[in-house]
Amino acid sequence: MAKVLIPTPLRQFTGKQDAVAVPGATVGEVLGALTAQFPDLRKQIFNDEGKVRSFVNVYLNDEDVRYLGKDATAAQDGDIISLVPSIAGGRR
Amino acid sequence: MTSALQEAALSNEEILRYSRHLIIPEVGIEGQQKLKAAKVLLIGAGGLGAPLGLYLAAAGVGRIGIVDFDVVDSTNLQRQVIHSTADVGRKKIDSAAEKMLAINPNVTVVKHEAALTSENALEILKDYDFVVDGTDNFPTRYLVNDACVLLGKPNVYGSIFRFEGQATVFAYEGGPCYRCLYPEPPPPGLVPSCAEGGVLGILPGTIGLIQATETVKLILGIGEPLVGRLLLYDALGMRFRELKLRKNPECPVCGERPTITKLIDYHQFCGVPNPRQPAPAQEAPVNEGEIDVTEVKRKLDSGEPFVLLDVREPHEYRIASIPGAKLIPLSEFPKRVGEFDPESDIVIHCKSGMRSAKACAILRNAGFKHVRNMKGGILAWSDQVDRSVPKY
Repeated sequence: MAKVLIPTPLRQFTGKQDAVAVPGATVGEVLGALTAQFPDLRKQIFNDEGKVRSFVNVYLNDEDVRYLGKDATAAQDGDIISLVPSIAGGRR
Repeated sequence: MTSALQEAALSNEEILRYSRHLIIPEVGIEGQQKLKAAKVLLIGAGGLGAPLGLYLAAAGVGRIGIVDFDVVDSTNLQRQVIHSTADVGRKKIDSAAEKMLAINPNVTVVKHEAALTSENALEILKDYDFVVDGTDNFPTRYLVNDACVLLGKPNVYGSIFRFEGQATVFAYEGGPCYRCLYPEPPPPGLVPSCAEGGVLGILPGTIGLIQATETVKLILGIGEPLVGRLLLYDALGMRFRELKLRKNPECPVCGERPTITKLIDYHQFCGVPNPRQPAPAQEAPVNEGEIDVTEVKRKLDSGEPFVLLDVREPHEYRIASIPGAKLIPLSEFPKRVGEFDPESDIVIHCKSGMRSAKACAILRNAGFKHVRNMKGGILAWSDQVDRSVPKY
């Protein structure tokens, strides 16, 4: 199973877990299984057409899946999938 | 740079002051002169800007501009170490400049007392070599990015939330930009700001100093810059991770066929109201769905039957609460609507009135007739009804 790392802003949708091991042969399957397990997370990650939202980046290990095979990128045991949403804080 | 470096000759006082730089072979006299000749613009004199301003001044960066229009308030002091308790109420830009010059009177601090806008950004940025982004909102993040790309200035980026930070250098010698990473901002309300979500006070120190380190390296031209790499910092796990950052050939501002060739309306782009152009005042300021804190106090004192709900989180309730209020966090609200009688008189409050407005909408959609939002939340309660209730 691949491990999905959940960033702080999204942990409220995963029962406060910072990492979740999820089955799936591809990145798309892993994210599908993850959001089936945590339905509230679904609309945070996917838009109405079921595509990953453009302010959330998905990385397989250290590589952006947009530059691999996107959803079809193969995910193997031990792979780390990171969700990296944009955050803006800094001044106030 | 040669003539600029000649002009940046060091006095004997400076040679002594920068001794620990000068004896590093990678810096030396020439490196210190590069720092003295450098012009760096800090966007924001807050959490990230505080360590940046202090250390870049101490390091001898010759000309440091600061863009900020805010005033120091006491909730800033937990992390914005450039401001002191005595500075509460002062302009951040004045407070910051004073501290920087106290550390190093050899540097010049240029105060740009303004909100960065599409109208002034290019004019302000054009005189600087490097831009350091320490802002707190998406419209300004995209504005700084686009202006840096259009002007060809490196953008030393950092951002923070609760226990996590991100840092990288965008738009450096044709490298990826912020839009390559995030083509679009999140819809308003989905990602909380530090003011809403909180931030560990030490975190901006760590991230701001990573930005300061990258800025100094870029000026000196040494080491391996944080370009094409997004550094993620998790303070709780005490882990740094690095992700590859690629230039997107289809990027609308730095790609092969850019569609953004001048600055746009960034508030519109991010779907948020422009705080500089307040919405026209409404004719009837009293909203029927709202209730004043003094009226809530009267209802409580008179003993008339009504339900007062608090939709904040339990850790906020422990900081301050209103006697008689029932705590149901907004996150649990939709599931617990069935607990209330649709005919009863319900008043809802939170910290300042935003979350309670959402809770009111949920109940009204469920057919509740007598639901009102307590205007200004517990902050207004503290101001107008009971000063013993702490504000946070």
